[in-house]
Amino acid sequence: MAKKIVVDPITRIEGHLRIEAQLEGNKIAKAWSSSTMFRGIETILKGRDPRDAHHFTQRFCGVCTTVHSIASIRCVEDALKIRIPDNARLIRNLIMASQNMQDHVIHFYHLHALDWVDITGALKADPAKTAKLAQSISDWPKSSATYFKGVQERIGAFVGTGRLGPFQNAYWGHPAYKLPPEANLMAVAHYLEALEWQKDVIQIHAILGSKNPHPQTFLVGGMAIPVDPNSQNALNADRVAQIGKLLARCRTFVEQVYIPDLLAVASFYKDWAGIGGGVGNFLSYGDFPMDNSGSVESLWLPRGVIMAKDLANVQEMDQAKVTEYVTHSWYTYSQGDEKGLHPYKGETNQKYTGPKPPFEHLNTDEKYSWVKAPRYMDQPMEVGPLARMVIAYAQGVPEAKKAVGYVLNKLGVGPEALFSTLGRTAARGIETLLLAQKSQIWLNQLADNMGRGTLDTFNPERWDPATWPKEARGFGYHEAPRGALGHWINIESGAIANYQAVVPSTWNAGPRDAMGQAGPYEAALAGTPIADPEKPLELLRTVHSFDPCLACAVHLLDSRGTEIVKVKAL
Amino acid sequence: MKKDQTPMPEPIPEEVLEKWEARGVSRRDFIKFCSAMTATLALPAAFIPKVARAIEDNRVPVIWLEFQDCAGDTEALLRANQPTVAKLVLELISLEYHETIMAAAGHQAEAAKKQAMEKYKGKYIAVVEGAIPAGDGGVYCTVGGKSAIDTIKQVCGNAAATIAVGNCATFGGIPAAAPNPTGAISVEQAVPGATVINLPGCPLNTDNLTATIVHFLTFGKLPATDRQNRPLFAYGKRIHDNCERRAHFDAGQYAENFNDVGHRNGFCLYKLGCKGPETFHNCPTIRYNEGTSWPVMAGHGCIGCAEAGFWDTMTPFYRRLPQVPGFGIEATADKIGIGLAAATAVAFGAHGVVSAFRKGETIESDKTEKED
Repeated sequence: MAKKIVVDPITRIEGHLRIEAQLEGNKIAKAWSSSTMFRGIETILKGRDPRDAHHFTQRFCGVCTTVHSIASIRCVEDALKIRIPDNARLIRNLIMASQNMQDHVIHFYHLHALDWVDITGALKADPAKTAKLAQSISDWPKSSATYFKGVQERIGAFVGTGRLGPFQNAYWGHPAYKLPPEANLMAVAHYLEALEWQKDVIQIHAILGSKNPHPQTFLVGGMAIPVDPNSQNALNADRVAQIGKLLARCRTFVEQVYIPDLLAVASFYKDWAGIGGGVGNFLSYGDFPMDNSGSVESLWLPRGVIMAKDLANVQEMDQAKVTEYVTHSWYTYSQGDEKGLHPYKGETNQKYTGPKPPFEHLNTDEKYSWVKAPRYMDQPMEVGPLARMVIAYAQGVPEAKKAVGYVLNKLGVGPEALFSTLGRTAARGIETLLLAQKSQIWLNQLADNMGRGTLDTFNPERWDPATWPKEARGFGYHEAPRGALGHWINIESGAIANYQAVVPSTWNAGPRDAMGQAGPYEAALAGTPIADPEKPLELLRTVHSFDPCLACAVHLLDSRGTEIVKVKAL
Repeated sequence: MKKDQTPMPEPIPEEVLEKWEARGVSRRDFIKFCSAMTATLALPAAFIPKVARAIEDNRVPVIWLEFQDCAGDTEALLRANQPTVAKLVLELISLEYHETIMAAAGHQAEAAKKQAMEKYKGKYIAVVEGAIPAGDGGVYCTVGGKSAIDTIKQVCGNAAATIAVGNCATFGGIPAAAPNPTGAISVEQAVPGATVINLPGCPLNTDNLTATIVHFLTFGKLPATDRQNRPLFAYGKRIHDNCERRAHFDAGQYAENFNDVGHRNGFCLYKLGCKGPETFHNCPTIRYNEGTSWPVMAGHGCIGCAEAGFWDTMTPFYRRLPQVPGFGIEATADKIGIGLAAATAVAFGAHGVVSAFRKGETIESDKTEKED
């Protein structure tokens, strides 16, 4: 039998992910993606006040914080037919945009970069040459030889202590690392810069949402943060100016550091434009409404579906075509595990059939993950920045066409290069650039509204449950950093009867379905080269290019009448 | 006449400052950090050099475990400012294992944990994020094929101390909310014999984590705690008692609805469901994201995230508390409101006049209402 390797835990992600892969020669032939943690938050939601749901669902994830609050309030608003005030739309757009930008930068520098950048290589760099390299690709003012020398000394002193902390035992010196020492030093310097940057710019969330992670001003019907230029207890001109300054800082860093670094690193790894393609089907719910009509047409990043990499044919997305399979997931369906179910009719009975821990291997022919397998028209779909960018590009969204064209041109590759590990990583950068250039508009609109005396941030008409229909159901969408996020709610007599989330990493990290079709991670890993099975660096590159978020991905659906056995604490 | 008996603080020894300068930390930054830590820990200024000495050249090994978590506390750590996470990780502690941050993966990551546990046995700090699913033989959370319950026993059993961060690790948090489908338990329940301190919050406030670590380094022991094992320096006072909107509560001025005039003007959020009167946490004083804001400041009530079982006991979040401690049953809040409103009307009016006067003749007196 071919050699099977296990990487557990996959680190530098959110949550608990395990990959098992079967090698043939020096390539991955087959891979299995398994999530190894489960909480059951949807079950916990049952019977509770729908207006509280966003506080619970936000805790699906603290990395993609905010996103499950947005999708949650939107599904309740859809169910109760609530239209939010324009200010609430703008505040939400600003929160979503800053979440996406900050999260993408953290992903690039702190979660993904070490797959491409060898920190130990940075110690061999010539600071003067590094400065020259940095200055040749960007106007970023910090790129002096003295600056890089300082960073190198700091890293040198750290390594000199002999205690590498979070950098010990990694794949340093691996033959797949291709950057020259100077590029390594530049990237390490910006790893540290980005650590500072991310905590500063996310103050936008603190201003609009009270804190980050887990901002607390979301509200069914709008936002709890008041707007009033004549109050010191509300968003006023001073706070708007603060946000403006932070957005400017976002944009400068993205334009002068992130994008140049991305292009510089990518230019050494162009072979990765031919690796890690995956399923080739893409789905986006679209997001960033440009008015508060609630229409699909108002979404700046468009809604749509692309099948089999066919950029000439963007299809309409219909949420009714979403189903989830549990054939290879640790759940059972009452009508049999071979059939997919739509989220409104989702069922859950968690049933672990895997090996008793501690274990060496999972039985990947049977059930092997806590993640379900979502499908669209029975097809596995990739979601995320790449899906959004190819759909926006194919739809002819001007900013996307321009930015995608710029990056492809810089790297000297065609659009087919997008369908790869490198393309996925590049698309994330392109999207960050688009958002950095767009978000100031929403702040300006908010300031205009304030100037005109339009102060509403909340629509109180349906706040009181007495105004609700006896039964209602709704779909809430959001394009989170990691992709298409959908929440489905059934409300009965003022309480949650059923709640379900199909999240980006469920789409991407899900296991095989009843037809045996591999999920996007699994499909993308097939064909990935592995130089050293003991140090599967290349596997990490492809998995990390999706930006996995497993706490989000695992949830427990609950159908009416399904009794969840209460487990007693030991 | 000698009024102030507080001695002048000793200076931080020169050689300590020099060492930090060599590591790229300016004197100014280092002194600022030591002062901030000392203040957060509510210690007199005389302790600044002691704090400086303690963290000098003494990177304490830390093993950070994540179980049924959302990485929110890890993200909070990334927002640390006093010190920043870069300083913390490169200079203050030695982060031997942390899945979200570490470069190594798979068995190399697990080996790093094992090495640290052996090399620093009894000396390292374990930080735990997330609840521990004890149900069904631990199948609801495994890392490297091992169950969370086995890992935590091993790691925390050999630690000098364990810091449980966030509500899930301290009290079971959201996984333990009814009906607790996975049998989620807290760190203290999972390892009853270990030395554990609880830093709840959802997520925890990172300033409280750094302060706890520095306290440990400075005094070689954990700070004093309340009955729920929360350090008094951070959880010793009720939010309601330190709230910037408290004067409005006392004056009977409440936001009746989100978006109303009272809400826009910073009135008390009690009627919109604020749980500040039943929650002990230092949010109003230290706030979040470098002191930028906190929920009540931003117009949303406290949800009680520092308290045990808050997902069940504090919900529905938008229903006002049935009673505010010290004031008896629900009706009294309104009654007190009316009573106090009448009593304060005089004082309020006088205050309004004073503020209008202070601001000069350009301010119309009818705007003075907003001064509060």
